[in-house]
Amino acid sequence: MLITEYRLRNMWKWRSAIIAFGLGNPVLYLASVGLGVGALVNANSPDGIEGVPYLVFLAPALLATAAIQGGMDEVTFPTLAGFIWNRLFFAMRATSVTGGQIADGVLLASAVRVLFTTVVYWLVLWAFGAVEWTSALPLVVVSTVAGICWAAFMLAVAANVTDDGGFLSLVGRVVIMPMFLFSGTFYPLSSLPLAVQWIGWISPLWHATELGRWLSYGAPLPAWRAALSIAYLLGMGIAGVVVARRRFERRLTS
Amino acid sequence: MIRAAGLTKAYGDFLAVAGIDFHVERGESFGILGPNGAGKSTTMRMVGATLERTSGDLTILGMDPSREGPTIRAHLGSVPQQDNLDTELTVAENLYTYGRYFGLPRSYLRPKIDELLAFAQLEDKRTAKVDALSGGMKRRLTIARGLVNDPSILLLDEPTTGLDPQARHVLWDRLFRLKEAGVTLVITTHYMDEAEQLCDRLVVMDHGSVVAEGAPLDLIRDHSSREVVEVRFGSDRNAEVAAQLGGVGERREILPDRILVYTDEGERDLQEIVARGFMPVTSLVRRASLEDVFLRLTGRSLADE
Repeated sequence: MLITEYRLRNMWKWRSAIIAFGLGNPVLYLASVGLGVGALVNANSPDGIEGVPYLVFLAPALLATAAIQGGMDEVTFPTLAGFIWNRLFFAMRATSVTGGQIADGVLLASAVRVLFTTVVYWLVLWAFGAVEWTSALPLVVVSTVAGICWAAFMLAVAANVTDDGGFLSLVGRVVIMPMFLFSGTFYPLSSLPLAVQWIGWISPLWHATELGRWLSYGAPLPAWRAALSIAYLLGMGIAGVVVARRRFERRLTS
Repeated sequence: MIRAAGLTKAYGDFLAVAGIDFHVERGESFGILGPNGAGKSTTMRMVGATLERTSGDLTILGMDPSREGPTIRAHLGSVPQQDNLDTELTVAENLYTYGRYFGLPRSYLRPKIDELLAFAQLEDKRTAKVDALSGGMKRRLTIARGLVNDPSILLLDEPTTGLDPQARHVLWDRLFRLKEAGVTLVITTHYMDEAEQLCDRLVVMDHGSVVAEGAPLDLIRDHSSREVVEVRFGSDRNAEVAAQLGGVGERREILPDRILVYTDEGERDLQEIVARGFMPVTSLVRRASLEDVFLRLTGRSLADE
């Protein structure tokens, strides 16, 4: 908890950037892709995608993307800083906190950021008419959970980075970008050739998006698929927490 | 306060600390002297309960750091070799957040921070960013940070390495005050003058082992003569001249850049060298120091590494 307090204080210093990004990102995406591309899509298929206007189809995917991106930012940067850039975690570990508590604290602070981002994003979506107000709770919850689970996974990954030589930009290009493009964010995953559909299947973003579409406008999703997606996300999160805690403690005591 | 027996830390086949014994009493200023790579920092981290030992016994404040790490650390102050201050925070915020990691309440921390800033002579830097501080100021802030929980023992890992002479003296003055206030200090250093100035008692470490233990003056008396004559004849001639100085002083040590003559009468022996027809380029008669003790015990000088 004390570590979370510190992380939140630190985030507070970045509040204007976080708020600007939190608001600006959805507004720009919705205006350009949602409305612009949407006009094209809707003109070509009057029924929209999966029977809903493009904007409505897109909204849950954008929300999940924002949650995942926000959660990741708040674990990767501080973790690299804490172990490598300013070695702050070593200073923390010299007090009465343990490595596991530091991992928990970083993740918990990231969770606060994810929740904040998701709520703001949802409000913007709602203002654009992309979501019904009844979807608020389920959509925010599923996106937040997905964001936190991905953050936990990335926390474990970042805790193993010993040399920051371009790690973050590598993750951005090799993991985040393909995930964003191939997770059925902008079109149904099924319209991709089977050869690249697997990227979507392993992507937490796709699972979060599928759940989001189902909760937002009732996109068809069999119960077993929903259960599988939830299990996949939670599994990733729990594994992340377990590995991250152990790795933090080990790395700070060797 | 601290008791170590057969304390060992191995990294694979490499023994960073090879079974050392020492103890530190309350109120004592205890030093670990040795060259880089001797195992000083490794020992310090085990004592600070931030590094698991491989084997041996270690008791800190009557507790085992493997089992009661957080409780022990709550009573320790730690000043690492490398400053790890939070550069995104101000000077006062650094002290505050660090205090919060110990779970200390705001009401305790507010007056404590004023006191620590005064101690570290950083009152006018309260709202400055850490990056704007000089090396000596950062070190003083790190020491102040280590004192935020009123520790029973303050661990200082090479506190003055990398500081200019003036900043070192300011820091020594601060550490003296702590010593006077009865804080138990454990200091690692590879500066013999630092060890002589600050430590009541010390162990000399080399290659992971303790090679000597005692008060600085006792160590010097036991392992060296009272005075030392340093003479230089130029690096190519030192060995040649040394071969012809038989009988001068108690013992001679030939280093690449100079000859050391151990004696109780430095001036007399220097005259003797000159009388034998050798004119040193430079000469110096000084009191024996821990440097000489280290040289005697290991055959190497502290600065070799």
